[in-house]
Amino acid sequence: MVQFILNDKLVNAEQASGSTVLDYIRYYKRLVGTKIGCREGDCGACTILVGDFENDKLVYRSMTSCLTPLGNAHGKHILSVEGVNMKELSPVQQAMVDTNGTQCGFCTIGFVMSLTGFVLNDTAKQYEDAVKAIDGNICRCTGYKSIERAAAILSEKVNAKPEQETIAWLVENNFIPEYFLQIKERLKHLRETIAIESKAINPVIQKLVIGGGTDLVVQKALTVKKASVEHLFDTSHLQEIKFENGQIQVGAAVTVTAFAESKLIQDHFPGLKKYMKLISSTPIRNMATMAGNLVNASPIGDMSIFFLALDSGIVLNRNDSRRTIRLRDFYKAYKQTDKAADEIIEKIIFTPPTKGSFNFEKVSKRTHLDIASVNSACQLQMNEDNSIKEIHLSAGGVAPFPKYLAETCSFLKAKKITDEIVQEAIIIMNQEVAPISDARGTAYYKKLLLRQLFLAHLQLIEQRANASIKNILQLS
Amino acid sequence: MDNTIGNIDAANHVTGRSIYVDDIPVMEGMLYVKVFDSPIAHGRITSIDFSAAEQMEGIVKILSYKDIPGENQIGGIIPDEPLLADNEVHFRGQPILLIVAENEDAAEEAIKEIKIEIELLPVITDPRMAFAQGKLLSPSRKFVKGDVSESFAACKYIFEGTTESGGQEQLYLETQGAYAYPTEHDSVKIFSSTQGPTQVQRTVARVLGVGMNKVEVDVPRLGGGFGGKEDQASAWGAFAAMVAWILKRPAKCIPHRMEDMRMTGKRNPYSSDYKIGLDENLNIIAYEATFYQNGGAAADLSPAILERTLFHATNSYNIPHVFVTAHSCKTNLPPNTAFRGFGGPQGMFVIEAAIDHAAKKLNVEVDIIQRKNMIDNGDEFPYGQIVKECQAKNCWDEATDIYNIESVKKEVAWFNQQNGFYKKGISLMPVCFGISFTNTMMNQARALVHVYSDGTVGVSTGAVEMGQGVNSKMLQVAATCFGISPGKIKLETTNTTRVANTSPSAASSTADLNGKALLDACNQIKERLFSFIKTELTDNEDETIEIKNEVVYINDEASIFNWKNLIQQAFIKRINLSAKGHYATPIINFDKTIEKGHPFAYHVYGTALTEVTVDCLRGTYEVDSVKVVHDFGSSMNRAVDLGQCEGGIVQGIGWMTMEEVIYNEEGKLLSNALSTYKIPDIYSVPKILDIKFLNTDGNDMAIFKSKAVGEPPLMYGIGAYFAIRNAVLAFNPDADIAYNAPITPEKVLMGLYNPFSG
Repeated sequence: MVQFILNDKLVNAEQASGSTVLDYIRYYKRLVGTKIGCREGDCGACTILVGDFENDKLVYRSMTSCLTPLGNAHGKHILSVEGVNMKELSPVQQAMVDTNGTQCGFCTIGFVMSLTGFVLNDTAKQYEDAVKAIDGNICRCTGYKSIERAAAILSEKVNAKPEQETIAWLVENNFIPEYFLQIKERLKHLRETIAIESKAINPVIQKLVIGGGTDLVVQKALTVKKASVEHLFDTSHLQEIKFENGQIQVGAAVTVTAFAESKLIQDHFPGLKKYMKLISSTPIRNMATMAGNLVNASPIGDMSIFFLALDSGIVLNRNDSRRTIRLRDFYKAYKQTDKAADEIIEKIIFTPPTKGSFNFEKVSKRTHLDIASVNSACQLQMNEDNSIKEIHLSAGGVAPFPKYLAETCSFLKAKKITDEIVQEAIIIMNQEVAPISDARGTAYYKKLLLRQLFLAHLQLIEQRANASIKNILQLS
Repeated sequence: MDNTIGNIDAANHVTGRSIYVDDIPVMEGMLYVKVFDSPIAHGRITSIDFSAAEQMEGIVKILSYKDIPGENQIGGIIPDEPLLADNEVHFRGQPILLIVAENEDAAEEAIKEIKIEIELLPVITDPRMAFAQGKLLSPSRKFVKGDVSESFAACKYIFEGTTESGGQEQLYLETQGAYAYPTEHDSVKIFSSTQGPTQVQRTVARVLGVGMNKVEVDVPRLGGGFGGKEDQASAWGAFAAMVAWILKRPAKCIPHRMEDMRMTGKRNPYSSDYKIGLDENLNIIAYEATFYQNGGAAADLSPAILERTLFHATNSYNIPHVFVTAHSCKTNLPPNTAFRGFGGPQGMFVIEAAIDHAAKKLNVEVDIIQRKNMIDNGDEFPYGQIVKECQAKNCWDEATDIYNIESVKKEVAWFNQQNGFYKKGISLMPVCFGISFTNTMMNQARALVHVYSDGTVGVSTGAVEMGQGVNSKMLQVAATCFGISPGKIKLETTNTTRVANTSPSAASSTADLNGKALLDACNQIKERLFSFIKTELTDNEDETIEIKNEVVYINDEASIFNWKNLIQQAFIKRINLSAKGHYATPIINFDKTIEKGHPFAYHVYGTALTEVTVDCLRGTYEVDSVKVVHDFGSSMNRAVDLGQCEGGIVQGIGWMTMEEVIYNEEGKLLSNALSTYKIPDIYSVPKILDIKFLNTDGNDMAIFKSKAVGEPPLMYGIGAYFAIRNAVLAFNPDADIAYNAPITPEKVLMGLYNPFSG
């Protein structure tokens, strides 16, 4: 049984823990404000807010309820539009009305929820934060300009929002209903009850392991619904990011958002914000886990590409028996990995790159909230004599699985960057990949794009390569 | 008039209280209907076995074409489309069976157990190939003005080429769908997400073999339509209605997004040839074009779309000699259908490409040719209508003036000189779009108004609210006519029992047609009230009566009557407080036998200046700005009209840039979900989108002189194509870039590095 607070009510959901929060709230609770647009996390019409403790603080994150397994709501505060409605419109709702930010209205609830998420975020005040909050919401009517105007109004309205006691301030200023004041205590109490009850639950042997559900529920919703599901999403020991023995360890259940917000990660990746903006959308980043991205073995998995260029290792665990392998050895063939069925990825380990030596690139049909045509990451360290000390290159969308470009790397190692060497590296690179033509581009395009992204890496990491890049591209 | 009313549905929208089909509380015993569709684009069904599936738990029945009580036919213009495939399938995604289940999961499980064998037949996805094989959906059409063959001979410059414009998925956020239940006397009531309630009614009546009076269609509102629910909502309505009618239980049929995307048609892709001739002064003397429309497997609305392509083949230009031909080609794709612009954008893209081609070859700036040939009063459109109240040059000149085109050009040139890896491009895109259904018969509408005895008002029209704000405009019409507060008026759902024989909400004409019908109804009631006032208060026929802010004024003096007691008194005196209004657009006509006439009530004009930046390393781009001067007439609701304009532009940019409908050679849709078909998100829209309302008096044929605004702005998006193309050429002047839209990042990179030997 899944227990959580839905808006202002405690609910005990008997439905399958692998069924979706969307179906539960719409069809069992008849909270029909939440809409169904795509059931694959790509439109945001079903956006809800999920309140959960992060370091003892109650934090609200937007999620697409179509992909949120009901089990991942356990012990949390789930918020649909019915839970933010008050007698008068909230400032979020009022701003959307005043700017004519709603036309057909079908996507509108998603925007209202995402913007309410922005308001609830204690540190977010800027216009850019408000826009980021709605980067997973698709509107077909407005062209977004009116919604941008609503975001601008809101960012002004939260200007005085304090970082402490944020919820009390929001209640006082009529952003959210009064019942929010008790949610933290109620959730704590709920957690205590759950902790006692969970001990009584019998373990099930064959379980479908699920993290954020952002791919599994898209691909196999009915299977997940019918399976006996083990939810790793809230497993605290898998949610850590730490620095140990000169290496960074990232837990399997760390979400992309948690990764992006980690001070430790930010310190080692100055370009992090830029990279993360290219990866899916705010609600999906709030749900998608590191291990989920790796195990689904999608040829264009953004985080896989990211970690490959860090030459990461991964720790696989089977009943407390662990082994560590290199991520580049993890992928065997299309959707096939070295992981045994009863193993789970526990963590990812890598040595942080030296300053300015790492870059991540991604090109897709739509720059944001899209799957890459080609993505690529590069870690490049130079010797004093302008020869390459260390290089790790990865690319997605060019092979049946996330590709570590081993041959290109070994060719480049110890070489000096000259026009000829770069040219030759490009030839080798294109020989070790085999893209296919699909909706994201022709094979020919993907090869050309891979070259361009390689050059983009060089341009951003190694100033001295600029002349070669211009020569290769025949720029004056 | 209260121009500050905005969107009257907004407060309901932001609180989640607006009701769409799937939000209607369902009745006991409701059944789910799921469609089993063809996995093959063209073939003969040799066997189909659903006996095992039908025996599964939760499955109530599986229906095939044999179970259709009436006619297995849903074709709107031409009867060429079965509701459920019989012996042959003509596109992948064609409905074959209806799985009727107690719940959705059971239906999904059952679908896996259906066994079908199909003998493959050749698949055609390319319209030119279909044309070569004589596969046409409807007779070809041609519009002729002057004599092209003679005039080409006299042209100094002649340029010929080919263009392609892609399909576009409507991507209404709410998928298609319907909910139906049986009513007495073998009748059925259907809640449908449709732009055309009457079309659903007509189709259902035909499929059930009953009169239209036995089919009631109710439309609360739509979560977007964009043309995709003009004709193609009918099948979903028929699925739900048929199950409800046969099994006598409520039934719901709402496809998932991927089902919707693979089973329904999209904007027609076009492949076109053009030939343009100019004299030495850059006057366009002759224009010839042949359009090969990819119609898909059935006619649907393609013949009408084809026609509008011809109507807009010369966009905003006056060309003395025109010869344009259009073929609606039958392919094995889902029947393509209406999408905002309705063939107009496809035609305009070709003439803009032709002019761009000429300008590039002649090494003159394209806007010189555009401006020089711009249409003006007294000119004649190729279809015979004489240009009146023309705003083409006014919009263009004001745009180039206030947006300072000359300095923009200089800045772009300077930027491009300074930057190696980034290039900017600009374009100007004029638009001239005709308002009216091109099928004259459809330009009629009705409205039903009840004034209740407490003074509140109920308004029903044939207009469907789908986000375009027509309900707000209807409210304004009634409030203005009666002189009462909008708060007293309720806009009812669109219902075929209250307002019959409606035209679909389409062609940008919904507010004009229904607004004028509504005005007629309100005026009838008002006249009855005024004559009642006269008999009660005065015997002087010459006195002027007015209602302002719910107070009745006689000769500008407040009388004892306010709206509320006036209605009470009138009711007591047995005055008829209900009225049915009717409107048929005057003047318009079109003779298809000679392809000449006066098909449009009026035209809408405008010009857009688009500026983009291309990242020449990665092949990506951003739209920096779109700056527009648009002819709204005298806008009755500026907030709604601005929203239509902004939204239309972004949709047009999407069509021209990232929205790529891809079918493989087997007719399988590859861009089959939101993960593979991308529409603009908040980061990809123009950084700046300025829209200036051109100052004009408006047109009497428009409701309150407020011109139609639904479709015309979409075509400003075409400017993005040319701006991006120009930026690519700034990087690689030798690039050979075909006039193929959309100009995806792939096409951009190919253009930047052409040739590339990887």
